[in-house]
Amino acid sequence: MADRKTPDNSKNSKDFTGESPRQRSAWNPFRRVSTLAQREQRLAYILLGPPSLFVLALILFPVLWNFWLAFHRVRLLDLRRFTWWELEATVNNFITVFMHYDLWPALSATLLYSTGGTLLAIVMGLGAAMMVHRRFRGSGIVRGAFLIPYIAPIVAVAFAWRFILDPRGVFMAGLLGAGILEQPINLLSQRPWAMISLVAFEGWRYFPFNFLFILARLQAIPEVFYEAAAVDGATPLQKFLYITLPQLKLVLATLFLLRFMWTFNKFDDVFLVTRGTAGTRVLTIKVYDFLIGEFNVGAGAAMALFLFAVLGLLLYVYFKWVMRRAEEE
Amino acid sequence: MNRERIERGALRGLHGFGLIFFLFLIAFPFYWMVVASLKPLMILAMDPLNLWLTPGELTVRAFQEVWLQFHFGSYFANSAYVSVLTVLLTVTLATLGAYTIARLRFRGRTFLSWSILGIYMFPPIVIAVPMYALYTNFGLRNDLHGLILIYLAQTLPVAIYMLYSYFKTLPPTLEEAGLIDGCSRLMVIRRITIPLSLPAIASVALYTFMIAWNEFLFAFLFLDSPAKFTLSRGIMQIADNVNVSQQLLMAAAVITTVPVIVLFLVFERYLVRGLTAGAVKA
Repeated sequence: MADRKTPDNSKNSKDFTGESPRQRSAWNPFRRVSTLAQREQRLAYILLGPPSLFVLALILFPVLWNFWLAFHRVRLLDLRRFTWWELEATVNNFITVFMHYDLWPALSATLLYSTGGTLLAIVMGLGAAMMVHRRFRGSGIVRGAFLIPYIAPIVAVAFAWRFILDPRGVFMAGLLGAGILEQPINLLSQRPWAMISLVAFEGWRYFPFNFLFILARLQAIPEVFYEAAAVDGATPLQKFLYITLPQLKLVLATLFLLRFMWTFNKFDDVFLVTRGTAGTRVLTIKVYDFLIGEFNVGAGAAMALFLFAVLGLLLYVYFKWVMRRAEEE
Repeated sequence: MNRERIERGALRGLHGFGLIFFLFLIAFPFYWMVVASLKPLMILAMDPLNLWLTPGELTVRAFQEVWLQFHFGSYFANSAYVSVLTVLLTVTLATLGAYTIARLRFRGRTFLSWSILGIYMFPPIVIAVPMYALYTNFGLRNDLHGLILIYLAQTLPVAIYMLYSYFKTLPPTLEEAGLIDGCSRLMVIRRITIPLSLPAIASVALYTFMIAWNEFLFAFLFLDSPAKFTLSRGIMQIADNVNVSQQLLMAAAVITTVPVIVLFLVFERYLVRGLTAGAVKA
């Protein structure tokens, strides 16, 4: 509260020195109009300069430079004594990438992983949001708890899940003990279980994100809609199908887009949970393999460019489709 | 009416079951992590299903060993240094930047507010390759400050966007009153906008802290010498070591997880409000 009063204090002090802005404007009314706008503009550039510069230098510039690297023969060792104008221009990186034996399996694994992971995380998020939408005793605590998988360090939870899902771990012990399985399955390095486990992990880790946004939208649906439906004799299922879902359509579509993009670009989770084995070698893992495994920076950059291009294409198709849908409606 | 009653009953059952299912699913890995870090592997491996914490069996030796012999004390300090510095820089720059976009008129404003969201599209791995090259060249690669710069660039767009949505909800009249009374813009920001936005700023700080503390890819790719490892990088280091047991690894995981969870529980209310403020409409 004390802070809100400060403008009044400063007003007093200005008045005391006899320099109130009103007086100043009386001296030169024309000049003041233009300088205020100019001053505002100049301040805007000063304040936005550093953040823009950082983002430009550390995100946009690398993305552009990636193009350059992809068209040159760059090995990891070349980077130590970097005289970039001496590097040889080449398209071999793209040949390496396109001829690589598991490029297309990697692409389909990426699509499977990002579609599956995104859908599961959204369905789980929707379920979680529906459960705590109406208040009950302890619902606040439950809402907080629902966010925890998302905020915990990825390395820690990935290792915990690896041990839990280990053939000698607690999950298999449970299934064997209950008589569901007779032989333990290696869930993380056996097809198709590795991909299924990975998608399940994505659902577990990222449903909180969807939960948060779906819940916020749920709370904004006017209660009268449900009241009107109740008057018409709608059952809970009908209310969900004909009121809740249409109301959530926009947020669900947005979440699908965002999460798909992010899952498509995800490296950490795959690298940590399945190590890219048993059909889970996604495109980002291949970038890493080129860069660290083969010390081939150029091919890594070309691979990253390929990843980026595929994502761009998918986004283009998606927006085309959304636009057409919007026009039809 | 009959269908109504059946659905209602089913729904109530589903609600109860679903809640228990979800809470179990969330809590189990963390509970297991704690159990595995306290129970010697010998005992846990014999009976993986016995997850009770029996006092006689428990030992904190793994924690001592990880903290002292495996240098997690210094990794912890590195993580804290990186995260705190990232938070301070991000919050300062984002507050000024978001205020500028929300309130000041300048050329390029619409373009800028759109390009902030465009940043979302770039995959970190695409940035990682050229940054690896660039940092190696400049000697910034095996350096915590190089990491801080990257985290800053990664969190700034979202932080600016979050604060921007919040500033938009503040009535401009208060600031105008301050301006008319002779405050400069910076004074207005410091004395009016910031005190009114503390919840949003707290949520941005928490979000940034989480990103910096949990970050894996760049720390893993860029840091070479153990003296500079963050916790995530440190865990990868001991995971490759054959002599390191599951118990030790889980003790390291607990050490890495606890600070974020504690901070989250303290600031949770702010984070939820800040993350969703205005974002759902977009």
